[in-house]
Amino acid sequence: MLSYTLKRLAQAIPTMLIVITIAFFLMRIAPGGPFDGERALPPEIEANLMAAYHLDEPLWQQYFRYLGNLVQGDFGPSFKYKDFTVTELIMQGFPVSLQIGGLAILLALAIGLPLGIIAALKRNTAVDYTVMGTALAGIAVPNFVVAPVLALVFGVLLGWLPAGGWNDGALPNLILPVIALSIQQIAYIARMMRASMIEVMGSHYIRTARAKGLTEAEVVWRHALRPALLPVTSYLGPAIAGIITGSVVIEQIFGIPGIGRYFVQGALNRDYTLVMGTVVFYGALIVLMNLIVDLIYSALDPQIRYDD
Amino acid sequence: MSTDSLAPTAAPVGDSLGRDAWRRLSQNRAAMASLWLLGLMTLACFIGPWLTPWGLADVDWNAFDVGPTLEGGHWLGTDANGRDLLTRTLYGGQVSLSVALVATFVSLIIGVLYGAVSGYIGGRVDNLMMRFVDIMYSLPFMFLVILLMVVFGRNIFLIYAAIGAVEWLDMARIVRGQTLALKQREFVEAAHALGVKDGKIVTRHLIPNAIGPVIVYVTLTVPKVILLESFLSFLGLGVQEPLTSWGVLISEGADMMQTSPWMLLVPSVFLALTLFCLNFLGDGLRDALDPKTR
Repeated sequence: MLSYTLKRLAQAIPTMLIVITIAFFLMRIAPGGPFDGERALPPEIEANLMAAYHLDEPLWQQYFRYLGNLVQGDFGPSFKYKDFTVTELIMQGFPVSLQIGGLAILLALAIGLPLGIIAALKRNTAVDYTVMGTALAGIAVPNFVVAPVLALVFGVLLGWLPAGGWNDGALPNLILPVIALSIQQIAYIARMMRASMIEVMGSHYIRTARAKGLTEAEVVWRHALRPALLPVTSYLGPAIAGIITGSVVIEQIFGIPGIGRYFVQGALNRDYTLVMGTVVFYGALIVLMNLIVDLIYSALDPQIRYDD
Repeated sequence: MSTDSLAPTAAPVGDSLGRDAWRRLSQNRAAMASLWLLGLMTLACFIGPWLTPWGLADVDWNAFDVGPTLEGGHWLGTDANGRDLLTRTLYGGQVSLSVALVATFVSLIIGVLYGAVSGYIGGRVDNLMMRFVDIMYSLPFMFLVILLMVVFGRNIFLIYAAIGAVEWLDMARIVRGQTLALKQREFVEAAHALGVKDGKIVTRHLIPNAIGPVIVYVTLTVPKVILLESFLSFLGLGVQEPLTSWGVLISEGADMMQTSPWMLLVPSVFLALTLFCLNFLGDGLRDALDPKTR
């Protein structure tokens, strides 16, 4: 297990290198630069700025300088938020994004799994059709539609919850963004859980468990649940990635000070270091999450051993 | 014992896979209704704008920010600039649907060829090619696509290519799996024995036989692509004025929802309805083409 983990971490290095390289050069061939403003800067000042940020060096030199700093954990200074380093900005935004994203994943599991199990056990009944119909609707309506509608209904018309803002993560401010972020994942998880539960309930060892006289509840809890969870576990990686990208939009709609908005704004402002920082950070996060998901998968499935 | 039970009966007529699948699909009411609705939606988007009295960017100086009404000709209202919302939504549908079709087609071509070649050659090449797919999988693609749009400007052909280039990975995996199973079969060996060239075996024998799962996957890719396009447009990185798409309209509507909620609701309903139908159709096709559900 340990050697497998180390091997996977080693494999993550080339992946991250590709991400960094693509993002670095894409950003640099973009027209415009970080110091283009309404007013053109006097040439001497611009030259000084460029020199201060090493932007006057050849591109390959900047690239290796960036990689070198990155290895030491230095993301560099932000060009637009002048008094902050990128690390500071990310560390400010991440707890906020984590809170929303983490709660969204937990909510998606807490609602999606039971719904899927119930739908599978009551297959082809009104319960099943209702759950699956709702789930399909949840998949069909994207989160950037759900979010404004939720804000309109609960924030503006009913006035029950704040329609936006962060307020240091007070509970009422959390509810709408978390729901908007998790609806689609609830739907996917419920559908997947139903499908895998139906498959497991039709297998031979479930028939054996029934034949030896276990009650239906025992059959479900002791024999069916664990194998049925496997496909859902492997979906968790994409689900987390989906929630991370979704948060870019959700943070913008609800005005939440997370990392997502730094990314889009940074890209539009040509804030090179800030964009690179968010891409590297999110890339590493997704790679790490995929590894954790695979480890959970192997813990759930005794047939899989990562010993080699 | 009666003698006619021993009489030879007519040999059973085999159904082709396609006809069998179609029969099963046409029995699925939800899927068929979705198919009709999608056809209607496509017709409306591509023919409808010719029939409405307004153009994409026509301004009605007598009707700024008017709600849906039957009088005055703006059935679904106008936006803050007095442009007819029905017309704009239909034009937006043209963009969204064409992005969906072209980008899916791009991903289909790349994915099928890549997967078939990888599975057919096998061995070390297969290993290497699939390793590459694994790496691509773990890239935070959304971010790279957003960067692409920022760098090269908001260009519709770029959207086609960028989304197509992102979505081929699953297709490649599915086709490779199919190919690995198929290439062991006798008819491939027979083709070999007859001296058919490798390239021809892939295109004539392997790909056509792997087509079932691919069709299912295509119907599931189309809604993903539409979503991705509207996601980009929502962030302000999609198509540019005066062109519009459902994502752009939804984003404009979200800004105006407190005063003119119809601007959010109309394009949202069109988008959600299309995605809903595509998902139903995909599920129906999967049931129709999957031999395990028989």
